[in-house]
Amino acid sequence: MFENKSGILLIGGLGFFLFAFVSNALVPILMYRHLPEKTAEQLVTQNVLYQFEDLRLRYPEQFEKYVGEANEQNAADMLRLGRRVYVGEACWHCHSQFVRPVSNESRRWGPVSETPEYQNELQRPVLFGTRRVGPDLSREGGRRGNDWHTVHFFNPSSVSTGSPMPKYPWFFDGSPDKPNKRGLALILYVQWLGSWLDSYPMYEKYVPINESMSNPLE
Amino acid sequence: MNSDHSKSVSPDAEADAPVELVEERLVLWYFLASLGYLFVSFTGGLIMSLQLVHWNPHDGFIEYLSPGRWRMIHTNAIAYGFIANAFLGALHWAIPRLTLKPVLSRPLSYFIFAAWQVVVLSTAVGIIMGQAQAVEWGETPVWIDPLAQIGLLLVAINFMAPIIQMKGPMYVSLWYFMAAFVWTFLTYAMGNFIPQYFVGGTSAGAIQGLFIHDLVGLFVTPLAWGLMYYFVPILLQKPIWSHGLSLVGFWGLAFFYPLQGIHHFLYTPIPMFLQYGAIVSTVAIEFVVTTVIINFFGTLWGNGKAFFTNLPIRWFYTGMVFYFLTCLQCSFQVSLTFQKVIHFSDWVVGHAHLVMFGVFGLWFFGMMTYLFPRLYRQPWYSKNLAEWHYWLSAVGILVMAADLTLAGLFQGFYWVSMQPWDASVNASQPFWIIRLFAGLAIISGQICFAVNIYKTWQASRAAALAGASAHPSTYNAAWSAT
Ligand code: HEC
Repeated sequence: MFENKSGILLIGGLGFFLFAFVSNALVPILMYRHLPEKTAEQLVTQNVLYQFEDLRLRYPEQFEKYVGEANEQNAADMLRLGRRVYVGEACWHCHSQFVRPVSNESRRWGPVSETPEYQNELQRPVLFGTRRVGPDLSREGGRRGNDWHTVHFFNPSSVSTGSPMPKYPWFFDGSPDKPNKRGLALILYVQWLGSWLDSYPMYEKYVPINESMSNPLE
Repeated sequence: MNSDHSKSVSPDAEADAPVELVEERLVLWYFLASLGYLFVSFTGGLIMSLQLVHWNPHDGFIEYLSPGRWRMIHTNAIAYGFIANAFLGALHWAIPRLTLKPVLSRPLSYFIFAAWQVVVLSTAVGIIMGQAQAVEWGETPVWIDPLAQIGLLLVAINFMAPIIQMKGPMYVSLWYFMAAFVWTFLTYAMGNFIPQYFVGGTSAGAIQGLFIHDLVGLFVTPLAWGLMYYFVPILLQKPIWSHGLSLVGFWGLAFFYPLQGIHHFLYTPIPMFLQYGAIVSTVAIEFVVTTVIINFFGTLWGNGKAFFTNLPIRWFYTGMVFYFLTCLQCSFQVSLTFQKVIHFSDWVVGHAHLVMFGVFGLWFFGMMTYLFPRLYRQPWYSKNLAEWHYWLSAVGILVMAADLTLAGLFQGFYWVSMQPWDASVNASQPFWIIRLFAGLAIISGQICFAVNIYKTWQASRAAALAGASAHPSTYNAAWSAT
């Protein structure tokens, strides 16, 4: 059995693989089968629409040209496109999308991530991420204004000194005040991250610890 | 050493195989393709490492040079270009010798060669165009996935044919190869289709963890160990030390490896009991790994001198030392305590490089150092260049892995300590600069290798034109001058 063809093929090759698949993959699938998977349309909350509208007001010509109306359907389509850009540019190889229950992460970024947050179309395949060169983004939405993001994507080190994040001028028609379709979509996607939480926008109150420590009596 | 002894090892003893058994030209082509993609991968790694230290000359220049996209090309070119091609070449050499039968079909072999290059090239082009799939190490655009899947099926059929027809006991290498053909096919299907079309969210995360881990553990590792079980005894001209340990190694890997994938996503919303399971089986496999290492060092016992005089053996055993180190490192980094600090940091990046380049890359270079002279029927142009290749690669990867491991600890502790994010990025700069130069050393090593291959090829062509191919003994003995 241990050295013949059928043993190796059926037990080693197929059997153990299936055992692992059932115990490690099928178990969570069955555990979460009752959680509905939301579509992008269902993810367009008031928070997302607010940001969408904000983009329209800030960049009216670009918005008119690439999006049209600031309605829910367009917002959902832009979220989908934004995710595609996020994946295609490998943002997820430098930014994670989950807050762990350890290492002070919930103090830095907000509530610890939970399964229902990931049950949606924009997490298929899921974007947990693999490396944090930049910070976690799962609670990034609302933390910065849309104009900050445009400038940041155009040239990260102009707003964040010494940032190693690459420049993305191809999200713009030549200058940071002219985001193109991909630029608008990506910003909406980033603003969507965390938009489902009560604490959105959590980071308005965020004070880096060294600043809060410098004046402990306040 | 006398040659009778080597014959008693196994029926596959080198150079005795009838010529028509092995399609040597294909072995050569696969190796050259493999090295070509290695340089593609280097380009990607270089772009990203320059980006991190602000030295990327074309930051924001054109989107087709986007560092993120090239970062994905970096890892995919390694998996599907460098590693897969090197395996296919080496398997075309080894399987017919081990089974004494040719592969199923020669035209099919050439078709697979061409088809696989199309798959890898279109993966690279797709990623450059921004069409990556959100599966780490499986970023192959979704429209290529079915083609790659068919390719894997054809590979399995082509190589399984001689194995299935074979009668009598099978040598250890063939256990690994057979199982790996099944595993690779299943792993690819699981990772590329299920999280894309069937489930999303946390469950997809569990599957993506399994995928990325199985690609290492059920595709690369078994094929690579199978080839070690083949090449090491031939080069040392003695059998493997312990058959019992070979059995433990194979079945230990087969059972424990598939159970570990979730350890890539510890502290995620994936159920905690599954995370514990993955941790326990990861620690379990370190013991299995130790038995395999003991088996191979037992084989070397008594021939220790070969480590210094026989370059392919030195490549193999250096790789094994690194293998032991990575596995040891892994049993620490998989613990929840270490995870708190090092997850998401460069520690993991260092680990990945140590495994993929420091172990498997080194093994491939050993096989190629042994095989190129046989394929060209010409001794190496320069033994010095071959030595440079070894030293630049081995020292380069050691420095890189040590540097990134340390960088990971710094980054992790900066994050825990709640300093502003930039502090961790700034603190990484010296480490990233060292990493860049370690990478450049590795690249220079491969340039030595490429030059050496080119010169050897030229010499072989000149000899063929003059009608005076080198006598087999000159290249057979090339590295066994004990
Ligand atoms: C080379 C790694 C890298 C890549 C690739 C990368 N980033 Fe970043 N990112 C960083 C770093 C480092 C920072 C922190 C410094 C800064 O603010 O620029 C950052 C910061 C950010 C921030 C600001 C976070 C905050 O609130 O402080 C956002 C948003 C962001 N990145 C989004 C993206 C998106 C979207 C992409 C893909 C188009 C991307 N990043 C690609 C490294 C990267």
